[in-house]
Amino acid sequence: MKSNGGPDLNGLHDPDFPLPEGLQSTIAVTSLDRVYNWSRKNSVWPLLFGLACCAIEMIATAASRYDFSRFGMEVMRASPRQADLLIISGTVTKKMVVPIVRIYNQMPEPKYVLAMGACASGGGPFKEGYNVVSGIDKYIPVDVYVPGCPPTPQALIHGFLTLHKKIESQSIRTVPWYRSGESAGIPIPILGPDIIDPRQAELIRRQAELAASNKQEAAPAPAEA
Amino acid sequence: MYGLGVLKGMGVTLKHFVETYIEDLKYLGKGKRSVEAFTVRQGLRGKSLGLFTVEYPEEKIAVPERFRFVPFLVINNLDDPDLPGADWCTSCGICAKVCPPQCIWIVRGTDPETGRPKPAPEAFYIDIDICMNCGYCAEFCPFDAIKMDHDYELASYDRIGEHIFDKKKLSKEFRYYRSLYPTLSAEEAEARGGWEHKDVLKAKAKAEKAQSAGAPAQPGR
Amino acid sequence: MADKPVTEQTAVADPITQVVAVLKERFPEAVQADERKGFSGIVVDPRSLVDVATVVRDELGFDYLSSATAVDYLGKGDYFEMVYHAYRIRQGGPALVIKARTPRDKATLPSLIGVWPGVDFQEREAWDLMGIRFEGHPNLKRILMWEGFAGHPMRKDWKEAYYEQDNKPFDSRWPGGQVSRAEEHNPYGKNVAYPEDFTLDGFTPVGEAANYTGLNMGVDITELSSPGLRTDRLIVNLGPHHPSTHGVFRMIVSLNGETVEQLEPMMGYLHRNHEKIGERNTFLQNMPFTDRLDYICSMSNNLGYAQAVEKLMALGPRFQPPTYRAEVIRVLMVELTRIVNHLWAIGFLLNDLGAFFTPALYAIAQRELILDFFEATAGSRLMCNYMRFGGVSRDLPEKILGIPLLANDLIRDENTMDFLTNLITERLPQAVDELDNYLSGSEIIINRCRGVGILPPEMAIAYSMAGPVLRASGVPYDVRRAEPYSIYADLDFDVAVRYNGDIYDRYLIRIDEMRESIRILKQLLPLLDETRGQDIQAGTKAYSPRVPEGESYGRVENPKGELGFYVVSDGGQNPWRYHVRAPSFINLTALGEMCKGHKVADIVAILGSIDIVLGETDR
Repeated sequence: MKSNGGPDLNGLHDPDFPLPEGLQSTIAVTSLDRVYNWSRKNSVWPLLFGLACCAIEMIATAASRYDFSRFGMEVMRASPRQADLLIISGTVTKKMVVPIVRIYNQMPEPKYVLAMGACASGGGPFKEGYNVVSGIDKYIPVDVYVPGCPPTPQALIHGFLTLHKKIESQSIRTVPWYRSGESAGIPIPILGPDIIDPRQAELIRRQAELAASNKQEAAPAPAEA
Repeated sequence: MYGLGVLKGMGVTLKHFVETYIEDLKYLGKGKRSVEAFTVRQGLRGKSLGLFTVEYPEEKIAVPERFRFVPFLVINNLDDPDLPGADWCTSCGICAKVCPPQCIWIVRGTDPETGRPKPAPEAFYIDIDICMNCGYCAEFCPFDAIKMDHDYELASYDRIGEHIFDKKKLSKEFRYYRSLYPTLSAEEAEARGGWEHKDVLKAKAKAEKAQSAGAPAQPGR
Repeated sequence: MADKPVTEQTAVADPITQVVAVLKERFPEAVQADERKGFSGIVVDPRSLVDVATVVRDELGFDYLSSATAVDYLGKGDYFEMVYHAYRIRQGGPALVIKARTPRDKATLPSLIGVWPGVDFQEREAWDLMGIRFEGHPNLKRILMWEGFAGHPMRKDWKEAYYEQDNKPFDSRWPGGQVSRAEEHNPYGKNVAYPEDFTLDGFTPVGEAANYTGLNMGVDITELSSPGLRTDRLIVNLGPHHPSTHGVFRMIVSLNGETVEQLEPMMGYLHRNHEKIGERNTFLQNMPFTDRLDYICSMSNNLGYAQAVEKLMALGPRFQPPTYRAEVIRVLMVELTRIVNHLWAIGFLLNDLGAFFTPALYAIAQRELILDFFEATAGSRLMCNYMRFGGVSRDLPEKILGIPLLANDLIRDENTMDFLTNLITERLPQAVDELDNYLSGSEIIINRCRGVGILPPEMAIAYSMAGPVLRASGVPYDVRRAEPYSIYADLDFDVAVRYNGDIYDRYLIRIDEMRESIRILKQLLPLLDETRGQDIQAGTKAYSPRVPEGESYGRVENPKGELGFYVVSDGGQNPWRYHVRAPSFINLTALGEMCKGHKVADIVAILGSIDIVLGETDR
């Protein structure tokens, strides 16, 4: 991608259609998918949302030295309604996953989630903690994982480029967000004695029954003996 | 006067704006991505006027020697004459013990014939979703066998299948380690007594000892 | 460190012994000296705790309560012990450690909130995590976890869902380390555990309403949301996802029109169980975790923790204090970190004032150069993990040199000392001057900041505020001076102080402090040259250092305020108790008071001027 000057026609042009050399800088022959993805990937607006340590590196990526506005990302929106990309930049706690799922549900399609760093991907060094979610993908779908603790700005940009590749591979005919019907939101977790994922309600019930029956089995045994 | 402070602030911004053009003029004709320009702009040499954008991925800041990302295991070069591809790791377990988030799993190797533990790992795993890149494993390894990698371009679409690194994925040739850590590897080699694998050095020392001990016994040779 | 020049503040011969004697005379029944080996201070009968504390504050002059935390002595007497560290703010000097014990099954202690209001959040934390009830606390509810959470997690017998073993290293890692993820062993595939007979039938979560109860807002939240209501009062939630809360912080604000009537900080959205994990870790393993407390100042956190443990190790037989070069390098790193932090704080204060990102961009540009130096020396930009017990991990490198590996890698090659000299003598002063020039005179900033969020000195002391916030209120208290550590006693610097206690002074004091840091750094450059080639580690570096039984409280002047580590060792490989006195956390105690009567837009600015980092607030 060119960092300045006019639009990058090389990225738009479909190599299946050869053009004479003199015209390459002014004309591009392309497919609808390619235009669609080319414009989408060059205007991914991230949500202005920092969680923990990785957020500092995310801000450093936004700042002048690494400057992710070169990828059309400088408009970090504070409202999820205007954002395309949710960067989970840090440890997700059980208390925080509730707002995060809500934010995710509020984002319009097409939306992408980038798990930045070890914590967001799989719990990281804090995984064993009682208030830590072991990976945001336990609650919302993640598109790109960027390992590192924390990933350096360059590693994060590599993550963005990986996301661009994913966007490029999508086709306007098959993407889910133009299908009819409503896309169901993700059920908001509940803060009970521990965090409860409503999708696991049945499982929790079964476990409780199992525990109760174990108890019953265990209880009469000493009485008989 | 009211407004002076704001004007002064604007002046600073304007100065930054103009300076970038002056800076660009300096390197006119030298090519935008010349190494010379990069050195000056990303450091403090040659009085550059500020800090400049690194246009990743077309240009990347090479990370310094001590940079820490996920660990890797050092193995002998695959074309090594003595022990090609041999593990440096002896599965002593110090890295697993010292690891703060406990992201290292090691299966100690056993000799199939004697059943006794042998100094090489059967399996070695690092869960990079737990690893905190602290560098303790590399720092405390007594055999210089585990080191921190510099390759940070690891973004992927899947973590379940990819983010537990096994021994195959972790192992990198000694040559690679030497190129990443020119200073440290030299220091270690000096402490060890040579560039070769510890076993080779041991064998050599033994042979030498035997030779020097045996030398007076065979005067006729 | 042995030949520390005696300053005015440490002139009195062991002041603490005297104080303990006085207290024992005054309260012969209630006060006893803590005679356990390696421990210090007094143990007070809970019934007289408030009386003793009042005497300690008013008559003995210990007006500043730095830290209050609980220790669970399960199996070692089976009691909870609340430990208070009180200091004399005007004289400086060491702490008076006050302890009060309560049985584990009926844990109740009187609240000291009437004596030291700064104990507010710390008592709530002890209630939340340890389950000690504080009688007389007006707002005793959970602070880091949510209402309705099962159990008090910092108790020694409370086990996490992913509990594996009491102490690291875990046996499952070596020698038969077959890899598995912790979630694979959990029936839910997640980091959750429910009480044994928990069912969803008939379960109603405590929910949001709990956050508003006991807020003394004079408004019932359910009443507010009824349809026919006509009032100007409303309750607004700022955060946890809000661009100006510096992370995932939340404030519940009760407004009358646009004026703040009451504000309550809500935290715990980044509560990563630092202390629980810290008690499972070995002493050394905690070092990289401290990086992630205040993730902007990892070097200073390292120093605080290293000093706390070194104090403990000094009780043992074979301890060698850090070498001189190690101390010089430590101070170098810490002062660079202070500049990094203040640049960051000022940049983001301006963000909060509405000058979105441009000042922050200028402020953090030079920060990158310091990070380059950290990366070349310690290996990471943010998470330095640099200090070790008795020294630092590696000496400064000869060169800041890139090693090419990836395609398009470009190399920088700088001599480290030249780089540092240039950075300290030219770049950083320039950057600070530019920031000063750019912002200090701006009428917009002056109008927004002057006279807003005033914190009077008495209140600042009472609320245990620390760092720039305390000093901007006219209290010249700096741990580097009050109880000098490392080589600060030999360095020439002034404690910056401002007297108005408003946002503007809190902004200016950060500029002052950066200038003082540069002054210190300039003194370090020749010392670095002099000590070149000397050892950076005293003794041998061990991965399992011997830490004798005892307690220690190591505190350092972090950029955000006094960072303290309270460590109790039982002689084993792991700390028995590991507590962090986090300046960001305790500085929030006064936020509600500071915001009262101001407009909504000022809240954000006041919060920005306190300069919090959530990693440290929530731990």
